[in-house]
Amino acid sequence: MATSVLEGTAEVTAPSALAVRIDRFSFWYGQVQALHEITLEVPARHATALIGPSGCGKSTFLRSINRMNDLIPGTRHSGDITLGGESVYGEERDVVALRKRVGMVFQKSNPFPKSIYDNVAYGPRVNGLVQSRTELDGLVEESLRKAAIWDEVKDRLDKSALSLSGGQQQRLCIARALAVSPEVLLMDEPASALDPIATQKIEELIHELKDQYTIVIVTHNMQQAARVSDFTAFFYLGKLIEVGKTEEIFTNPRLEQTEAYITGRFG
Amino acid sequence: MLGLTGVSAFLVVIPLVLIFAYLISAGAGALNLDFFIRTPVPVGETGGGMANALLGTFLLVFTAAALGLPIAIGAGVYLAEAGRTKLAIFVRFIADVMNGIPSIVTGIFVWAWVVVSMGRFSLLAGSVALAVMLIPMVTRTTEEMVRLVPKELKEGGMALGFTRWRTTLGIVLPAAKSGILTGVLVALARIAGETAPLLFTAFGNPFFEWRLNEPISALPLLIYQYAISPYDDWHRQAWAASLVLIGLVLLVSIAARFVIKNPYRES
Repeated sequence: MATSVLEGTAEVTAPSALAVRIDRFSFWYGQVQALHEITLEVPARHATALIGPSGCGKSTFLRSINRMNDLIPGTRHSGDITLGGESVYGEERDVVALRKRVGMVFQKSNPFPKSIYDNVAYGPRVNGLVQSRTELDGLVEESLRKAAIWDEVKDRLDKSALSLSGGQQQRLCIARALAVSPEVLLMDEPASALDPIATQKIEELIHELKDQYTIVIVTHNMQQAARVSDFTAFFYLGKLIEVGKTEEIFTNPRLEQTEAYITGRFG
Repeated sequence: MLGLTGVSAFLVVIPLVLIFAYLISAGAGALNLDFFIRTPVPVGETGGGMANALLGTFLLVFTAAALGLPIAIGAGVYLAEAGRTKLAIFVRFIADVMNGIPSIVTGIFVWAWVVVSMGRFSLLAGSVALAVMLIPMVTRTTEEMVRLVPKELKEGGMALGFTRWRTTLGIVLPAAKSGILTGVLVALARIAGETAPLLFTAFGNPFFEWRLNEPISALPLLIYQYAISPYDDWHRQAWAASLVLIGLVLLVSIAARFVIKNPYRES
């Protein structure tokens, strides 16, 4: 069962507190059950990759963590997800406050039709994170630097974000997510629409960010999961099949199903 | 087949070209400075102008826009956001039915409700009649334009911890702005040329008028009145007024073309 494989990873997560704990979480779209009793611990300040064939529920799972699925009518869940000990689905939980703590980067880059500066500044401004224009300028620069795009855009901050290339747009979206100081960063196939060079930049970025943020990344690309993540969770048909340290999953998976997927025999 | 459809396409253009050519030949001669700065002269005298009707048309359209646009844009956003609620389905159906109501019927309706209760014809009554025509048109175009905004953009706002309300006003509506503006301009051009709803509401007035509770003239009203008169000079002036009216409508349509700028295709 998926619940037992966690034990093998317990000792490596010891230095940092658990950021996200998922406890027997199931999810339904109407009558269709998309997730079956997922239990998983996502360690803080590490990157955890979710892999599995299309339709295996990994994106649904990712979007359950910041309750993005709430936007879809007719969905329901059972079990719970906790963030630093607090329930994500608790009755008194403020979804808006939750999403400030859990940032998200989407498969298709989605910059707002505003200037590069305003794309990053809008979140902190709306959420009341800054007191002055100088502070905001500093936060925008810091966020753009963290997303490794500052040098490319610093001379045209007032230009439309839509004038950037696809890869730059995606890094801008990462900067935008970082600007509201999240603790967790969810990435839903952030590089799947990008060329190899832009993909490499995003991967390097994830590498740098994972020391400061808890990153959960959905990817279709085995090599990418192997390159960027510390832990890998393999999903199949809405179930968590196996989870462990990335190098173990890729070199020595415990279950044959995992090995078959990783070596490309199905999926 | 392509040739045949090409001929059809060409035939579409012919009426406009003919109308324009005829209006210029019949109306351009009567166009002079007096036309734009003077009011009509009594029957039997020649000369005079339609300055009061020009002002009237402007005031009627402006007041109708002030009354109708907030309602129409608000309702359009509601329809796009609410989707399939009972109220939304009902309102959408009513808006479509209202789009098909003959404008003379709208005029009679406003006469019965506004003119009769106020005890007089007025600029306000005329504007209400035009607003009643404007609202369903703009409601539906606003809805369509808001719907065209990519779902990812909305999710991008929600993921930053914005409330739904803030996301709609701050991100979705600005992204749909140019499309909505185009719809508004097309609708304004359309109501600027309406005659029937004004017959029993604005009524017409040979003098300058700008007060809300007084009858007021409008270009289409004056064209109608002059065209059915037995005087050659009035006929010439009716042609000139037609030329000016269609010129105005064309101008607004061209303006609408210029604001159609897809923000997602900006360089």
